[in-house]
Amino acid sequence: MTTPQLFFAYFAVAMTVLSLLVVTRRSPVHSIMWMLVLFIHIAALYLFLNAEFLAAIQIIVYAGAILVLFLFVIMMLNLKKEETAKKYQAQWPVSAGIAIILAAFLVLILGKIVVLPSLGEYSIEAVKTEGIMMTTGKVLYTEFLLPFEIASIVLLVAIIGAVVLAKKRIE
Amino acid sequence: MSVIGILLILLKTISVVAVFLIHVMFVQYFERKAIGHMQSRLGPMRVGWHGILQPIADSIKLFFKEDIIPASSDKPIFYIAPIIGVIAAVSSLAVIPLWEGFSIANLNVGILYILALSSVGAYSVILGGWASNSKYSFLGGLRSSAQVISYEISMGLSLVGVMMMAGSTNLSDIVSAQDGRWFVIPQIIGFTVFFISALAETNRVPFDLPEAETELVSGFATEYSGMRWALFFMAEYAGMFVMSALAVVCFFGGWSGPGFWIFAYVPPVIWFLIKVYGFIFLYFWIRATLPRYRYDQLMRLGWKIFIPVALANIVITGVVKILWK
Repeated sequence: MTTPQLFFAYFAVAMTVLSLLVVTRRSPVHSIMWMLVLFIHIAALYLFLNAEFLAAIQIIVYAGAILVLFLFVIMMLNLKKEETAKKYQAQWPVSAGIAIILAAFLVLILGKIVVLPSLGEYSIEAVKTEGIMMTTGKVLYTEFLLPFEIASIVLLVAIIGAVVLAKKRIE
Repeated sequence: MSVIGILLILLKTISVVAVFLIHVMFVQYFERKAIGHMQSRLGPMRVGWHGILQPIADSIKLFFKEDIIPASSDKPIFYIAPIIGVIAAVSSLAVIPLWEGFSIANLNVGILYILALSSVGAYSVILGGWASNSKYSFLGGLRSSAQVISYEISMGLSLVGVMMMAGSTNLSDIVSAQDGRWFVIPQIIGFTVFFISALAETNRVPFDLPEAETELVSGFATEYSGMRWALFFMAEYAGMFVMSALAVVCFFGGWSGPGFWIFAYVPPVIWFLIKVYGFIFLYFWIRATLPRYRYDQLMRLGWKIFIPVALANIVITGVVKILWK
């Protein structure tokens, strides 16, 4: 195995183990801690794809904002009740069955993956010379301007919705 | 990469971190002296000449102090919480350019890297407060999480103006882009928002709500003692250094100094340190001068004033940049 493969193997195995740890911990705060480690691993995986911008955003947005909000909410809840409750609901065999079917599909698909040679003007070399932030920015604001704006409008609607819901409760 | 290359990077890292930790150790002596004189006191005077060895005495004391762990605390998280803070603050150093061509890692996403680590550093306070299983610590942790989320946004937005002017997020490029014309003048709005947000982000007066001693004993650090408490302390001061260094790099021309007369012979790193210590002094000055904010005022300031102002700054910078061309 070459060094990149070795690293990838580590991250793949570690991320699977970490995801399992996240869903099996009894204390929600411990789950969040493992999730933080998981997010850092994901960011490291982005670095291997020369996507340092995505790696930084992954940490800032997911680890820095979303996970802190999770933590904030979980800390406000009554944890003691959660920790003594039953770990799994009665319908867990159904979920396990669905998960196994999905995993089987994934394994079937895995053999059919075709790796295309890098096409178009944004090849790996081009991204490397110009820097990923520059290329992402350019593509986002020219070629994909409309989807980008639609996404921002969807987010705006969500923000307004949250404000409306929060305001109602005060009155 | 060759073995020698790796060794060189290790050597660079170790020397920078070692020098940095000595600075962190002695900056609290500087703080006690500065605030002492501002309040017509002498500050530490007993250990060594004018108390210069006080930090060493303090470190020895803290190191050998008993490490008390509350019986009903969440032990693993209680243990790692202070360590997260120190690691996050010290790793931020990796991208700070100390002089031309010298930084441990010349990242293209330097600013984002520092912002990412400062948000990870917030976990140390939040988790430390939660794991202690004490009401005061818990309130400190909650305050801190809300405060950090709010001020992270305005801090990130205030730096966007700098990124736009320099056309890069690489800290070395930002310093070169200034070239005698410091960004603090065109980006005065961004700088003001950045500096005040940095005060809140490092939990310093007037925004030290997470450890407000008059209401919360010592906030998130109430249950900590000995070396673990010292780690929290170290993380706070290291964070101050990183934020000051970021302010110097983004707004005050980094390592550049006046290039005439004998000033031209002063090594660039000295200029860098003088500017950083200027900011550190500002932190102390503010601590000696201002009273603490109320919590709702803090939130209002962050969301209703700083974020809109920082956004307006981005728009103004963009418009000016297009018109100038």
